[in-house]
Amino acid sequence: MRLLKTALLMSSITLSACAITSQQSLYDKLGGEAGIDSIVSHLVQNIGQDKQVFHYFAEANVNRFKKHLALHLCDISDGPCHYDGDSMQQIHDGMEINERDFNHLVDLLIDAMYKSDVPHPIQNQLLARLAPLRTNIIYR
Amino acid sequence: MWKNLLRCALLLVPSIASGADGKLIATPGVSQIEGAAGGGLVPWAQLAGYASRDEIAVNAFASRGTLDDYSLDVFGAQINLYDRLEFSIAEQEFHVDALDLNIRQRVLGTKFRLYGDIVYSRWPQLSVGMQYKKLDDPLVANLLGADDDSGTDYYIAASKLHLGAIAGLNWLWNVTGRYTEANQIGLLGFGADGEGYEWMFEASTAILFGRHIAVGVEYRQKPDNLGPKEDDWKSAFIAWVPNKYVSLTAGYIDLGEIVGADDQDGLYLSIMGTF
Repeated sequence: MRLLKTALLMSSITLSACAITSQQSLYDKLGGEAGIDSIVSHLVQNIGQDKQVFHYFAEANVNRFKKHLALHLCDISDGPCHYDGDSMQQIHDGMEINERDFNHLVDLLIDAMYKSDVPHPIQNQLLARLAPLRTNIIYR
Repeated sequence: MWKNLLRCALLLVPSIASGADGKLIATPGVSQIEGAAGGGLVPWAQLAGYASRDEIAVNAFASRGTLDDYSLDVFGAQINLYDRLEFSIAEQEFHVDALDLNIRQRVLGTKFRLYGDIVYSRWPQLSVGMQYKKLDDPLVANLLGADDDSGTDYYIAASKLHLGAIAGLNWLWNVTGRYTEANQIGLLGFGADGEGYEWMFEASTAILFGRHIAVGVEYRQKPDNLGPKEDDWKSAFIAWVPNKYVSLTAGYIDLGEIVGADDQDGLYLSIMGTF
């Protein structure tokens, strides 16, 4: 009987350990606030040096853009933030972003994640969260 | 011929400054043996190259499959118009070692994207295509009892890439239904007495290890119209996509029995340049 109890206790410990690991949010895996800030900084640097897509951002307030993007990434990766800015559709209305430029920006984001030492599988998990937004961003 | 084309393709690659790049690297796949964008054996729903809906992509490829008693050389090209329409051409040369004989076939293909984007759309990308095939010389096909020296395959393909799906790695699958009467993909003619068009099932799946390496398997069901037995085809491949201009694919192919010679397996190699 005691053996059974021990076994049950052991298995419940193992189970709760599993639960804790699997509860680590994507936000944590990205390195939390510091990780996301690093991704955003590298992305903004990449955009600043990019001929193809810079013009979309030429008029933007860099600090505001950084803050809102960080907030959005935090929210979408299940971090402790709530993005309450304009919707993706509102932001990109009238910008006429085509598929090519959109994808180029995704490539810049991937590069920013590499520069921030985000492991490949975690990069893909963030891309998977962002991918459904494309339809609200291109050809608006 | 094959070597020359390879040399030309390699020379061309660095001279292209900016091609179409409206897709994530490696997601359009490579070229299959009949010239369509796909894996090695199966046409996929993707169109060839990195063209988005505002771009045109032009691609060329050369492939070789070496079996115990045969070999197949293919070279060809595709043009992808605005990620909507693909036209392709492939020249196949099938060498029969025992007879020191070459069977040549030309394949003209077209593929139309009906719906979706392999990465971004909610449902899989869906395309329909056709491949018109014509043998250079009907001799072998006639001897084996085929009805025709030309024919057309029709297919419908669905593909999806799931971002981060397997341990955070990107996972791709494709299923294709092909309506065909081709014997050994047409190299041995089309149809036979009392045999005609049938639906065949084809499928591929691959995992992307990082952004530049894909490892996958393919299966291609085949009809069995002629007297000599025809087996389904299988392959396992690894593709290296160092950039958006070139890809290299190496694979193991198992093509089963071909005209009385059983267990035909061997190495598959393919290079593709996209401009």
